[in-house]
Amino acid sequence: MINEFSALEVRNKITAGELTAVAAAQASLSAIAQGDGQLHAYNAVFADRALQRAESIDRAKAAGKPLGLLAGVPIAIKDNLCTTFGATTCSSKMLKNFHSPYDATVVKKLEEAGAVILGKTNLDEFAMGSSTENSAFGPSHNPWNTHCVPGGSSGGSAAATAARLCAASLGSDTGGSIRQPASLCGIVGLKPTYGLVSRYGLVAFASSLDQIGPMARTVEDAALLLQVIAGHDPLDSTSWPQPVPDYLSDLDKPLEGVRIGLPAEFSGDGIEPEVSSAIAKAVDFYRSQGATVVDVHLPHTKYGIAAYYVIAPAEASSNLSRYDGVHYGHRTAKPENLFDLYAASRAEGFGPEVQRRIMLGTYALSSGYYDAYYLRALRVRQLIKRDFDQAFEKCDFIACPTSPTVAFELGAKSGDPLQMYLCDVFTVTCNIAGIPGMNIPCGFSNSGLPIGLQILGPTFSEQRMLRLARMYEKHHDWHTRKPKGFTNS
Amino acid sequence: MSTTTAVEPQYKVLIGMEIHVQLATKSKMFTGAANGFGGEPNSQVDPVILGLPGVLPVINKRAVEMAMMVGLALNCQIAAQTKWDRKSYYYPDLPKNYQISQYDQPLCGPGAIELPLPDGSSKTIRIRRAHLEEDAGKLMHEAGMTESLVDLNRAGTPLLEIVTEPDLHSPEEARLFGEELRRICRYLAVSHGIMQQGHMRFEPNINLHIYHNGKTVKTAISEVKNLNSFRSVERACSYEIQRQLAEFLANPEVTSNAGKSTRGWDDDKGMTLLQREKEEAHDYRYFPDPDLVPLHVAPQWVEDIRSGVVELPIARRKRYQEKFGMSAKEAFSLTEEREVADLFDRAAALGAPARRLTNLFLGPAAKMANEAASAEAATVLISDLPVTAQQYAQLAGLIESGGISATSAVPIFEYLVKHVGADPAKAAQELGLVQVRDQNQTEAWVAQALAANPQAISDYQSNPKKKQASLGFLRGAVMKASQGKADPKLVGEILEAKLNAAAQES
Repeated sequence: MINEFSALEVRNKITAGELTAVAAAQASLSAIAQGDGQLHAYNAVFADRALQRAESIDRAKAAGKPLGLLAGVPIAIKDNLCTTFGATTCSSKMLKNFHSPYDATVVKKLEEAGAVILGKTNLDEFAMGSSTENSAFGPSHNPWNTHCVPGGSSGGSAAATAARLCAASLGSDTGGSIRQPASLCGIVGLKPTYGLVSRYGLVAFASSLDQIGPMARTVEDAALLLQVIAGHDPLDSTSWPQPVPDYLSDLDKPLEGVRIGLPAEFSGDGIEPEVSSAIAKAVDFYRSQGATVVDVHLPHTKYGIAAYYVIAPAEASSNLSRYDGVHYGHRTAKPENLFDLYAASRAEGFGPEVQRRIMLGTYALSSGYYDAYYLRALRVRQLIKRDFDQAFEKCDFIACPTSPTVAFELGAKSGDPLQMYLCDVFTVTCNIAGIPGMNIPCGFSNSGLPIGLQILGPTFSEQRMLRLARMYEKHHDWHTRKPKGFTNS
Repeated sequence: MSTTTAVEPQYKVLIGMEIHVQLATKSKMFTGAANGFGGEPNSQVDPVILGLPGVLPVINKRAVEMAMMVGLALNCQIAAQTKWDRKSYYYPDLPKNYQISQYDQPLCGPGAIELPLPDGSSKTIRIRRAHLEEDAGKLMHEAGMTESLVDLNRAGTPLLEIVTEPDLHSPEEARLFGEELRRICRYLAVSHGIMQQGHMRFEPNINLHIYHNGKTVKTAISEVKNLNSFRSVERACSYEIQRQLAEFLANPEVTSNAGKSTRGWDDDKGMTLLQREKEEAHDYRYFPDPDLVPLHVAPQWVEDIRSGVVELPIARRKRYQEKFGMSAKEAFSLTEEREVADLFDRAAALGAPARRLTNLFLGPAAKMANEAASAEAATVLISDLPVTAQQYAQLAGLIESGGISATSAVPIFEYLVKHVGADPAKAAQELGLVQVRDQNQTEAWVAQALAANPQAISDYQSNPKKKQASLGFLRGAVMKASQGKADPKLVGEILEAKLNAAAQES
């Protein structure tokens, strides 16, 4: 029963004295003990530490001290967020035993708000992938059908949240890594505007695209988590120096006269009919609530994947060059010389997808190729940004599918990198433009797998975007459905 | 500029310099870790310096301001917008395996300085650019060890890289430029300029334009890496000139259009060694650092910094010569250190006569500072002595007014150093050095000196060639007899009168 509570309910019950933080933590821990064997959502669970943290919340409550926004809420975090407790592995052999001497800014903020961090969740190695199959520690499974992938790269967080192995979680999104697994697991996932959440302590994949965001079962919980983690951080020069708006107070107020744009470029070939029809129904719902639906054009969308797979690997090739076997991380056993130390440590420490992207990126930045690849990709980036700017003159938000398909079976795409890259076709342009985007559950396929609606908005429109999402959630019950067999209550 | 001998062809030397200056900020270029020399290995580090997963750089504003100060001192244009780029290469002293630098938008654009030359002339040295970057750590190879050790204390230190145009035309000019730049940086307090600690590192780019069979042949440019003394700059440039010339003479046809090479300097052997040919040049894969945003430099910020740029040594030397009548050498000595020149200016501002003040500084003050330096085996500047501008002004005034003799200034100055805060006039009294102008007393000292030196009297009177020398000798003897208290002018008058009178008598 406790595991069915939303994060906000847990917090409210604890502050009201109706539930203890220890009971909430214990409920999550026992759900993990029962369910995670099948899901492998977690890379590590910190049971003792979580219970100690929960006890301290209960003591604070007993002493009448003020409690934070997430007091006693059991949270899972993606294993690419640095913590002083446990390892920070990025699901890579390279960092299997890496223990960070510092906490990521979002981890500090969660704990200052009273969150109880249960453990760290599985991901595609260094967040590179769309199925969590690229984890060096084995894939995660989709709680709706364990033969299927949970999506990726934040597949562990999505699976854990959907399966009630935590109240809510954090993921990171470079090209869709929060929204796509949220879609495939039937939960809410929000990629904030670039710069809204500090990246300090997020192990970098592609610095100009990475953002940390909430993954939750309700829009309210996503708003709650965003409230806690958003805000300027002097340690991140790219974080936005503006006060954080109140995401919660007006959340239930429907948006009046909202204009929803439908981009022609986000429909057609490659989208499963069940996905198309679920999106159309969601749009109809908004129309019935008084929204105006307009056609918009994002003509450069078709170059999105190409630009993304130049920019992201280029940055990654540089960001990941520090993993060289010299200072920390995996080191080859018997190097013959310095070059061999580098080459062998990296060949042994990185999986094939990471190596592929390092090679792609190194190539794109090489002298003689830089202009043709990297510079051209940056020009496409400007065009994609302009597309969105122009579209948002005609509409307030854009609605489209998050993923062209529902969850696919493990192994279905892992042999074909290009097929896998196309999973991100509707999500990458959001990162390229730096705008916010979120997934909300909007139906199920006949096979019982979740379908997700993606909402895209202009920069820093999270407050209204959450209200738009909440309008839908209030009148639908998709988010209350739960996968069978993964809860002990 | 050019040399012509029977065997050597006519040629012109072109040297451009790249100089790395470590900026003396409190913290490092992109993080709050302390920026200091020494300490236990890897004690001045933090997660950013170690390049740990998830860390992000943050610009050190003070480093930018110091770089702007140097740029303004070199008359460089300060960019309205500058950005940061990653320069990629793998080396164990570079934890991220990329260095944050500035590639195509340096903070400081073109500039120039007038470099004074020893013959009194000057030469315009154009500055191409100056940009900020972070320093690397150090690898240590200990004897008997098969492994290398890494010390990252130096990693992340703010570095200003200054690049000149090839306007230096001799090894001496290269050295003079380096020395002048060091003085500028020390005046601006952006660097301590301690060469032994690597605060400044020089990389001259050298080649020759040789006039051969009516054509100009350009030798391949060689860049000599990491020179950390002025002497090695001069020696390495000289060596390269001779080497390139010899290479040309051995095979005049091949030299033209050859690529640039990188060479190292072996100080013991006094020669450069090839490190890398052009074909082996790195591909640094520069690209804009996505962790940092471009820096917009507001005009008002530049003006604020400009207003803080002090009078620089070149201007100060000129002023000292023109306003205070100093020789070039005197002006050079007094402006070598900003603290000394500042002290001089403060004393002069109190109305002290410049000539007396100059002599005090370069005489007793310089002597005592040198003695203290050798006693303490450390640098002691004139400004480190416990003598204030006021005391200098008073002492110079006493000499000027004839209250004490110039010779007496030495013991009085020593007294002031030993008795901190003493009044110069009282010190003169205490030491019995107040100048005596009493006619009888002076005649008595003259008589005493004459009685003791009959040979000098005889030389004066009988040997015209020795007349002036003998007079000088006898004047000294009188001053000595008076223990420096006699008025030299009065002594001269009495002495000459006596000697001439004696001559008439004899």
